[in-house]
Amino acid sequence: MNETDTSATATAVGAARKHKRKPRKKTVDLEWLAPATPWVVCLALVVIWEVACTLLSVPEFILPKPSQIAEVLISARKAIWFHSEQTLITTVIGFAISVVFGLLLGVAIGSSRFVYRGFYPILVGFNSVPKVALVPVLVVWFGIGTIPAILTAFLMSFFPIVVNVATGLATVEPELEDVLRSLGAKKRDLIIKVGLPRSLPYFFASLKVAVTLAFVGSVISESIASSVGIGTLMVRAASDFNISLVFAGLVVTAAMGVTMYAAFAIFEQHTTAWASRKNVAN
Amino acid sequence: MDAFVSIRDVELIYGKGTGVVALDGLDVDVQQGEFTAIVGPSGCGKSSLMKLVTGLMPPTAGSISVGGEEVDGPLKIVGMAFQNPTLLPWRDIQSNVMLPFEVVDNHRYRVRVARAEYQKAVHAILASVGLAGFEKHYPWQLSGGMQQRVSLCRALVHQPALLMLDEPFGALDAFTREELWDVLQDLWLAKRFTTILVTHDLREAVYLADTVHVMSQRPGHVVATHKVPLQRPRTPATAFDPEFQKIVQVLREQIREESRKAPAAVAAAASS
Repeated sequence: MNETDTSATATAVGAARKHKRKPRKKTVDLEWLAPATPWVVCLALVVIWEVACTLLSVPEFILPKPSQIAEVLISARKAIWFHSEQTLITTVIGFAISVVFGLLLGVAIGSSRFVYRGFYPILVGFNSVPKVALVPVLVVWFGIGTIPAILTAFLMSFFPIVVNVATGLATVEPELEDVLRSLGAKKRDLIIKVGLPRSLPYFFASLKVAVTLAFVGSVISESIASSVGIGTLMVRAASDFNISLVFAGLVVTAAMGVTMYAAFAIFEQHTTAWASRKNVAN
Repeated sequence: MDAFVSIRDVELIYGKGTGVVALDGLDVDVQQGEFTAIVGPSGCGKSSLMKLVTGLMPPTAGSISVGGEEVDGPLKIVGMAFQNPTLLPWRDIQSNVMLPFEVVDNHRYRVRVARAEYQKAVHAILASVGLAGFEKHYPWQLSGGMQQRVSLCRALVHQPALLMLDEPFGALDAFTREELWDVLQDLWLAKRFTTILVTHDLREAVYLADTVHVMSQRPGHVVATHKVPLQRPRTPATAFDPEFQKIVQVLREQIREESRKAPAAVAAAASS
């Protein structure tokens, strides 16, 4: 009786194993492909775009084919490089300001209920204002050119940083706070020992979002009031009906955004691995 | 003023105006080096007591003194542990236990220059709870019981005069819990720090404490106090001692009686 039982379970286990083996191999294959998926999807979309434009014979000044955009990217590379360099610098400066400002304001809001109550509604209100509307005002104050673009990049991108840092600080477990306070910890100790390290994952997550918003900000400002930058280039190209060049500008902006996003994603993984590891363990 | 912790006629009301009366007429004395447990029906304000004694919250009325001094703000050298181990996930075990040294007044400046010395203390206490060799592990790599051991180490590494425990073993399985009773007992027998343990596990209270206070239904006050005359160190065999079982039985009866009073007590509080 016992023997048959064990043999029965043994075969059952064997069958289960065999059953599992097949799909497991498949997932391994897919995982090996995983890093390539974004490129495959991107390539597929480009091919569809190209084929659709050719089949429907869409004129270049309405929607250029990817191949035509690529041609412009090469033939106008000097102009594109000149303008995108300007945009990149403008964005990075604006973004840097918003990191410093966002971090400070986030710490203030996250660690003080008074500051939170006083400033949060104003911040939300400010964030709801379309920043395009502010560009003319900035031009009146600072003149046409780089400074309004830097400021617009800053104004676009600081909000997510503030909110994330504040969230990290405000959600410290009350019991941990009790432990530290009963050891004589001051507010500053709580922020430095617990609040800030705890909000780092939130902070880095917000940097990824913020840097792409900074690009939006600088390009908006450039396209309204500047003589240099990708935004300017695109507006000028559009008024010449050089739609291929407009799209080339969009492609370059998107590429810069993706690159910065990826850079911060890698940075995030390396600095706050404990946050994602913890989730794996749970 | 001979008791180390003295709670006199304390009242605590949450919220203003028609707030909930959590504690009313609470009197507790804890002697220097004594292990005290506080048990009671759920919602009787046991956890509020923790906050009052450590000075994290002021009482509405009455007075609390620790070490002969009136408590009027957070005490500066209390060890605390909770049901949730609340370790810092970005620090390894060693630096988690180091945390009190970085905060407590006498140590916070010295710890920078004499780090090796403090590290030795940390290693010693980790070894005493059976965690030697885990210094470089991170909290998420440890089981719940091991995390709770670390939490105890963090509460005790700076040799506090007072240890406050709020259901520290409540989330553990029965085996691990009883293992940790012995861990805690050994630590206490070695250093004899004054301890207040809030728990709803009656066997835990009797196993660990010298004195067990039973609290009433809300508004909480002490309805009975039992001395536990069992010999130390207590072992798993102690739990089969008739004396042990008798005390647990009496405690259970008293708490059941208090729980039954619940509706009347709440109604009275609401109407007054």
